Amino acid sequence: MHVFTDPKNFDAYLSGFLWILKLTGASAVLALLLGVLLAAMRVSPVPVLRGVGAAWVNIFRNTPLTLIVLFCYFGLYSTLGLNLADSLDLNNYWLGVVGLSAYTAAFVCEAVRSGVNTVPAGQAEAARAIGLTFTQTLRIVILPQATRSVVAPFGSILIALCKNATIVGTIGVIEASSVMKDLLNENGDAVIPIFLVFAGTFAALLIPTGYLFGWLANRLAVKR
Amino acid sequence: MDDVTTSEPLIVLESVNKWFGPLHVLDNVSLSVGRGEVVVVIGPSGSGKSTLCRTINRLEPITSGSITFDGQPLPAEGRALAKLRSEVGMVFQSFNLFAHKTILENVTLGPIKVRREKPAAARERGLALLDRVGIANQADKFPAQLSGGQQQRVAIARALAMQPKAMLFDEPTSALDPEMVGEVLDVMTSLAGEGMTMVVVTHEMGFARHAANRVVFMADGQLVEDAPPTEFFANPRSERARDFLSKILTH
Repeated sequence: MHVFTDPKNFDAYLSGFLWILKLTGASAVLALLLGVLLAAMRVSPVPVLRGVGAAWVNIFRNTPLTLIVLFCYFGLYSTLGLNLADSLDLNNYWLGVVGLSAYTAAFVCEAVRSGVNTVPAGQAEAARAIGLTFTQTLRIVILPQATRSVVAPFGSILIALCKNATIVGTIGVIEASSVMKDLLNENGDAVIPIFLVFAGTFAALLIPTGYLFGWLANRLAVKR
Repeated sequence: MDDVTTSEPLIVLESVNKWFGPLHVLDNVSLSVGRGEVVVVIGPSGSGKSTLCRTINRLEPITSGSITFDGQPLPAEGRALAKLRSEVGMVFQSFNLFAHKTILENVTLGPIKVRREKPAAARERGLALLDRVGIANQADKFPAQLSGGQQQRVAIARALAMQPKAMLFDEPTSALDPEMVGEVLDVMTSLAGEGMTMVVVTHEMGFARHAANRVVFMADGQLVEDAPPTEFFANPRSERARDFLSKILTH
């Protein structure tokens, strides 16, 4: 454990996981909003919207996240000049958030869409019968019930997102896995302990997350 | 009853046809319902009576023919259709209360989101309506916590909250346990007594006898008979109606 008693290494370890949490937090919020919007598009009666939603899911769900994140850096930033922040660190962070959100939104969309199928058709009929428009029916009656029925899958998506955040290390954000690689390079005598500490920290963050979402899924379930 | 037949009818269906694929579910149906009139639609299952009821607020689009409500042809879609639906209350066989909303929210949702009423005013009227159907003390519960009969009475209150010009009932008591049928029919009977225009698809012959102005009998997608209840039950003119009545009234 001598590796982590060195304050420099310990700070790097903390900062690595702080980046993971920041990447996860921002991407989770954006992916949820975008994913619900994509799901709404995919169940809408407008063919163009349905097409865009389906294309998004097919492209981002079937492309390796590493490629997407690298594209955000080399494509959006280097080639197209998309600058999201003044400092290089922050810019890389936001480019990573863009990639993670775009990718994770595809999974959120499909989870919500499967949730829509759990809402009985009568709910939409009753909503239309009192004069709600299509968008109101979706927003007020269908999507709230659909999302509440897929809280448990949301937990799995969030856990995957948190682990996927390590991929943003490839574009220069010094997140946990990059810190680990540096520590391994500098401390060849302590490879196993270093692995265990990093893996253990992920487990300590994510196992409770899984239980929390299991509990939330029960609490938020719509009783029929 | 003369006062209802002399004024312009509220609901007019003319030569309405509806096909589900190869199935001719509504076969040249014409029907008009006057203001304040209570029309009960009966017939064997599969005769098209539920479909007929659902075409009036265009939950089912029709293949041909025309339907007018309050002098206007039914809008095809969009905001105009939503507005029409807000003026026609509908009660379903399976209640269809919004499962994620409380009883009171179910009743106030339409007035607030469709009519843009102030929440406080909608709440007050919602509570009054719940009181009227005898559910005021359950206002903060969720639909799944209520019995079927209570849920259906809430569904009636939800429809009434929109202050509709007419009410459609699509087999409102068919999904209820027998002991709960009465409480729902009581609410419907008092509504009929207050002059609400109603189209009721039902198997409750007692309700048809005492609350209907007219009974419409359907079979195989056709409107076979249209007569006042006393006349219909005493002297059905068609063979199909006699056959249907003999099957249900002997038990």
